[in-house]
Amino acid sequence: MLSTKEKEEIYEETRLYPYPAAACIDALKIVQHHRGWISDEAIEEIASELDMSVEDVDSVATFYTRIYRKPVGRNVILVCDSISCMVMGYESMYKHISDKLSVHFGETTPDGRFTLLPISCLGDCDHAPSLMINDDLHNNLTINSIDEILEKYQ
Amino acid sequence: METPLTEHIKENRPPLRLSDYEKVGGYRGMHKALKEMAPADIISLIKSSNLMGRGGAGFPTGLKWSLVPKDVPGGSLKYLIANADEMEPGTFKDRYLLEGNPHQLISGMIIAAYAIQARKAYIFIRWAYKKAEIIIRNAISEAYEAGYLGNNILGTGYNLDLYVHSSAGRYICGEETALINSLEGKRGLPRAKPPFPATSGLFGQPTVVNNVETLCWIPHIVENGAEWFTKLSITGEGGTKIYGVSGRVNKPGLWELPVGTTLREIIEKHAGGMKDGYRLKGVIPGGASTDFLTEAHMDTRMDFASVRTAGSRLGTGTMIILDDKTCPVAFIHNMIKFFALESCGWCTPCREGLPWVQKILESFEEGTAKTEDIGILEFQTQYMGPGNTFCAHAPGAMEPLQSGLKYFCDDFLKHIEEKHCPWRRL
Ligand SMILES: Cc1cc2nc3c(=O)[nH]c(=O)nc-3n(C[C@H](O)[C@H](O)[C@H](O)COP(=O)(O)O)c2cc1C
Ligand code: SF4
Ligand code: FES
Repeated sequence: MLSTKEKEEIYEETRLYPYPAAACIDALKIVQHHRGWISDEAIEEIASELDMSVEDVDSVATFYTRIYRKPVGRNVILVCDSISCMVMGYESMYKHISDKLSVHFGETTPDGRFTLLPISCLGDCDHAPSLMINDDLHNNLTINSIDEILEKYQ
Repeated sequence: METPLTEHIKENRPPLRLSDYEKVGGYRGMHKALKEMAPADIISLIKSSNLMGRGGAGFPTGLKWSLVPKDVPGGSLKYLIANADEMEPGTFKDRYLLEGNPHQLISGMIIAAYAIQARKAYIFIRWAYKKAEIIIRNAISEAYEAGYLGNNILGTGYNLDLYVHSSAGRYICGEETALINSLEGKRGLPRAKPPFPATSGLFGQPTVVNNVETLCWIPHIVENGAEWFTKLSITGEGGTKIYGVSGRVNKPGLWELPVGTTLREIIEKHAGGMKDGYRLKGVIPGGASTDFLTEAHMDTRMDFASVRTAGSRLGTGTMIILDDKTCPVAFIHNMIKFFALESCGWCTPCREGLPWVQKILESFEEGTAKTEDIGILEFQTQYMGPGNTFCAHAPGAMEPLQSGLKYFCDDFLKHIEEKHCPWRRL
């Protein structure tokens, strides 16, 4: 069941559009914000809330890369692997993180602390290499700065 | 030198609040437009300024607005959308404008919406721009409080609501018709054109989609006139442009400079030239979907026409430098991987062709490519060229590949001959 808070927030978004289904992406983001990811149940709950079919909601959910249809860790590390970050050496940053946490792209640490994912250009290319952890941008990365940054996320 | 778009942006301090922005002239253009000008006057003014869209395609903004029907049957709902999805690899200019001066964009949107008589406007902002989103939302609240949004703006009887939608990823959502589908809550697949959004866009209503940088110009042109705008540029195309440089230069960053500034000046003077020990091998001038330029093009004036003559596109005006210590094949491979991943999958040439190209480039890097593969890559650049795919995504992806094959052919061949990447130590 959608919580009262989720319902309220979804309702606020539906007011910006002519019909409820138009707020589908916003609704997915709201539920993901509260639960960390989008389960099959969440898809069903959103579908009934927005008067959509389950298939329609799932087809939207699976199209968008920032909607997680599988559980993720408490913190999600998004390493930019696009062109400017490649030139500036994202690969060694990735390798460092991957070795340190013993996870590859697409994996979550056994303690559920981190999920490591690649991400397309973060629009921060003049400060490459860049990455995001949850909602925070970190840039001009060096091996040393990464260690400090990771410490902040438990 | 005038820098209208960025003069009130100071890094390391929050953007100006509405009242402070007004003290330095903010919203003056909006007052003038709504109080002294008819919607048609504004469209003529923007037309005569020759402002060309800063989202990458360079479409004339005034012309785009003039295609919106004046009277819409069945109610008069029209929409304006600010495209703040900025996802073109190597592009970081809209982030700067959004974070640096939200009220410039909002005042531009109010004027643009009034000119096409839109009653609702949206800012479609990239999910990753969290700071920008907070800044924009606060600024919108301020604009409502000041009576610049909502009902009966400045007592003119004009009503406008402005909403923010934060995206959920996918590069293709920056393409204007895919953006419209995404804003309707659907999968972000492009739509067939025609009908163009100007006649049938968001929720089937006439819609204008403009880039953030384009909209930021509107208040300045209204306030200072078309002639002023033209004179800002060196080459007559009008205005300044936010140019950016990333890669191995001494001072990566962005600068507002007159349209027509040379590539050399941007890279050598503003970006501080190449880092010690690196030589410039190529430049992607306007985001990943533009053709390479080389050392030979350094005196190209960076405006739409001159860059076209040089064999590329101005695109977003934010450049990525290929240096001599980076393998050109790996550089192109990285961009193709991005385009293959971000293909929406709707049409076959792009859905199947990009992963094919990606695999071939991978084989070059692994040292298993054959001479025929160069022919296959060349064929693919035609096959996915303009007109053969449903939208401009795949043709854009082919631009760095086709010019890369032309300028760095020897480097491709070396991978085949030496059976490994010459840039990678064995
Ligand atoms: C694949 C693709 C991605 C695009 N991404 C963006 C984008 O992120 N931001 C943008 O302003 N325009 C983008 N565009 C261009 C838009 O379709 C549209 O032309 C532009 O927003 C119009 O604004 P303008 O006329 O002010 O330039 C993209 C186009 C394509 C084909
Ligand atoms: S060219 Fe690519 S992105 Fe565009 S419609 Fe076809 S599959 Fe989708
Ligand atoms: S390429 Fe990494 S932020 Fe743009």
